[in-house]
Amino acid sequence: MKKLHISTTVNGDPAEFVCTPDESLLDALRNRLGLTGAKEGCGTGDCGACSVTVNGRLVCSCLVLAAEVEGAEIATIEGMADQDKLHPLQRAFIDHAALQCGVCTPGILVAAKSLLAKNPEPTDEEVRYWLAGNLCRCTGYDKIIRAVQSAAAEMRGA
Amino acid sequence: MAFDEYQKREFKQVGTRPNRPDGVDKVTGRAMYGADMTLPGMLVGRILRSPHAHAKIKSIDASAALALKGVKAVVTGADFARPEDDFLRDVQENCMARGKALYDGHAVAAVAAIDAATAKAALKLIKVDYEILPHVTDVDAAMKAGAPIVQDGRTLENVPAGMSGNVTSHSEFGHGDPAAGFAKADKVVERSFKTAATHQGYIEPHAAVASVTTDGKGELWCCTQGHFFVRTLCAGMLGMEASQLRVTPSEIGGGFGGKTTVFIEPVALMLSKKAGRPVKVVMTRDEVFRATGPTVSTSIDVKIGMTKDGRITAGEAYLRYSGGAFPCGTIDMGGQAAFAAYDLEHVRTYGWNVLTNRPKEAAYRAPGAPQAIYAVESVVDELCLALKLDPLDVRLKNAAKKGTKSSYGPTFPDIGLVATLEAAHKHPHYTAPLGPNQARGLSCGFWFNFGGNTCVSLNVNTDGTVGITEGNPDIGGSRASVSLMAAEELGIPYEQIRTIVADTNSLGYNDVTDGSRVTFAVGLATIKAARDAVRKMCQRAAKIWDIDEEAVEWKDGAAVPAGPNAGKFPPMTLAEIAADSFATGGPIAGHHEVNVDGAGVSFGVHLVDVEVDKDTGATKVLRYTIFQDAGKAVHPDYVEGQMQGGAVQGIGWALNEEYIYGKDGRLQNAGFLDYRIPVASDLPPIETVILEIPNPGHPYGVRGVGETPIVPPLAAISNAVSRAIGTRMCELPMSPPRILKAIGTTA
Ligand code: FES
Ligand code: FES
Repeated sequence: MKKLHISTTVNGDPAEFVCTPDESLLDALRNRLGLTGAKEGCGTGDCGACSVTVNGRLVCSCLVLAAEVEGAEIATIEGMADQDKLHPLQRAFIDHAALQCGVCTPGILVAAKSLLAKNPEPTDEEVRYWLAGNLCRCTGYDKIIRAVQSAAAEMRGA
Repeated sequence: MAFDEYQKREFKQVGTRPNRPDGVDKVTGRAMYGADMTLPGMLVGRILRSPHAHAKIKSIDASAALALKGVKAVVTGADFARPEDDFLRDVQENCMARGKALYDGHAVAAVAAIDAATAKAALKLIKVDYEILPHVTDVDAAMKAGAPIVQDGRTLENVPAGMSGNVTSHSEFGHGDPAAGFAKADKVVERSFKTAATHQGYIEPHAAVASVTTDGKGELWCCTQGHFFVRTLCAGMLGMEASQLRVTPSEIGGGFGGKTTVFIEPVALMLSKKAGRPVKVVMTRDEVFRATGPTVSTSIDVKIGMTKDGRITAGEAYLRYSGGAFPCGTIDMGGQAAFAAYDLEHVRTYGWNVLTNRPKEAAYRAPGAPQAIYAVESVVDELCLALKLDPLDVRLKNAAKKGTKSSYGPTFPDIGLVATLEAAHKHPHYTAPLGPNQARGLSCGFWFNFGGNTCVSLNVNTDGTVGITEGNPDIGGSRASVSLMAAEELGIPYEQIRTIVADTNSLGYNDVTDGSRVTFAVGLATIKAARDAVRKMCQRAAKIWDIDEEAVEWKDGAAVPAGPNAGKFPPMTLAEIAADSFATGGPIAGHHEVNVDGAGVSFGVHLVDVEVDKDTGATKVLRYTIFQDAGKAVHPDYVEGQMQGGAVQGIGWALNEEYIYGKDGRLQNAGFLDYRIPVASDLPPIETVILEIPNPGHPYGVRGVGETPIVPPLAAISNAVSRAIGTRMCELPMSPPRILKAIGTTA
């Protein structure tokens, strides 16, 4: 299959790759750019482990074609911390033990960050519905909801 | 006194909630999971799977695939020697079919190619000539005379004559004379239940990168709960020596028992061996559902007798489990666990394992126990309702306690069941008001817990910090709890310890991360490795002070003279001793290896409130509280996490999750869209109450906690739903159509 050349921005830095026309953004990020933070849990848009944002919009990167992101701004878990300073959500997840195996964590953090950008003071129910597309099999979500709320409170205070 | 016996003590660090050592890696995307590994020159491996539930493989023609540009190797069952050992042969035949495909999704061939697209194209070019055979996927149907036989000649001698050839084993547990007990009952209830097979549902699919070189050495990187066992299995299948196959566990994205065996690992190794290059194999979610995991599917009859005042006079259970297309021992654990929560004079369980054309069962959190206990706890609840008795009072009245001869044989030492029941009784949840269409359910849960082979090394660094090398993949925070126990024992801060999980060449054999054994057994070995290092540090101090070794003891992280006669020396800290170590005899390390016994059993009680929508049949979980004995909660955050996660898996099992097979024997819902695990918006907060009844078999009193929590939700929710709709539910999951059907039959 003839490959396409794509120029894009990932976590603020210019990034280029070649991909096949049927390749997912998730595969391009992981296999072409070496950004393995986003995970493939299903490849069908059902688990959210591959969550990233494209031009600020939360997407399942397994459902986006890599060829579609020409000129777009992509944000992944690798760009969430500000150099050596963790994002409040990242700190809250560690402090509240909101991860066990951690494989869902990158996707959940990206999704939670996009929630708080839209709604800085969500109710627990709003958090639960926003994260309903992010499966976590380990935690039962309880500590995840608490961690998101704690980070939200901190971010509102800041 | 035995070294590992529990001794009461004040803990300084155990029981606190420090940050886990792998936290930053995991919130920044840096942690390396199975699929994240890449090697130079790596090929992509993919597996061809049977579309048929049961078929003879007449021939496999891979010539067209091999002729495709970029294809480097094809592997089929014929590439593997046939192991003598039954167990190993079953695992191997599950990884790659030989002669027959035994279920939809059974691997029949594999390719390695330069990229995923080429590998995928090559799979399409492999021609498999199948002769389709009749199949059976239901456990009861498979037991009937005349059912299609899944595998011939697998019946053990203890199976009574005249049963279907699919019945592979029989087991019986218990004591007393149930018939005599039933005669004394005021009420006897007998019911039949069915539970669907469910999947562990870990979010990370299986992944392996293998590299075998022409000199017979192998490297394997994979996500597994037990890399030493992976080595044993793979070395056995490939005819390699254990020393020549190094297995390194990646970070693991969930397992719950499902990653205690191998599926793609030997295939990746064989592809690499044939291709002469590293090969990576990653399963798709569809493959995970069709070819790994699921639990047994079951059919169970339970009969229990009770007096008017709530004393159980006898209990009996007939358990029929299917572990898929291969013989499976899970039935034994179901039979042993069924009545474990009760102190009974007359109790008996009878179990059969039955072959069906389904994937080979893999362990899932307390394998075999949730189903059996679901059936027993449902009947106990029905008796409580019929006799108008409080369900917690009845459980308290019959609860197993210290000295009880358990239904499966051993006499219990100190156990925490009564304490958890009393805690549930006192909790405001138990008496909170309920609205219309709402009801409360409860259930006890139990798991044996394992100990097993464990090996830990502890290195004292010259700067006064400590490195721990252990051999059990960290599936939910165990590096934190191991570090905490070492910190406690050594008397140095948690932050000065770093625990790593080492590969198979760096440490002696460690059993799989299963049976809730890690915090218990690795913890015990760590404490003893620390004591070994402490002894050596005391020797060094004795040498420096020029006094007798016995005259030195360890206190608060330092060597001190033992008593006034030993001499007057200021305490010498671990850091000081470590800094001097090159001059006093060289590096200091502690080590311990053991086959640990004494894993204390764990009991829990769950309370749940549900609301059933009688129009749609949907059940909403409104409130959920867990009471569980942890022995000693080393890192309470992760104990709570185990309780919450296990309970939610149980909620999924009770309400939604099931393997659905079509008439053609194919799995109908091999994806997260149709196999629906609980999502955040389905759930309330999960409240946890940790009880600490020390396990006499562990120096700190620790019990495993990981498995018990999946046991009670099945019956707790079924009891709540049954009470809400006024009809006893006898089948899991209680999906809306089943509930509507049940309501229909009452109307
Ligand atoms: S991998 Fe994209 S949603 Fe699951
Ligand atoms: S922490 Fe394991 S899936 Fe969420």
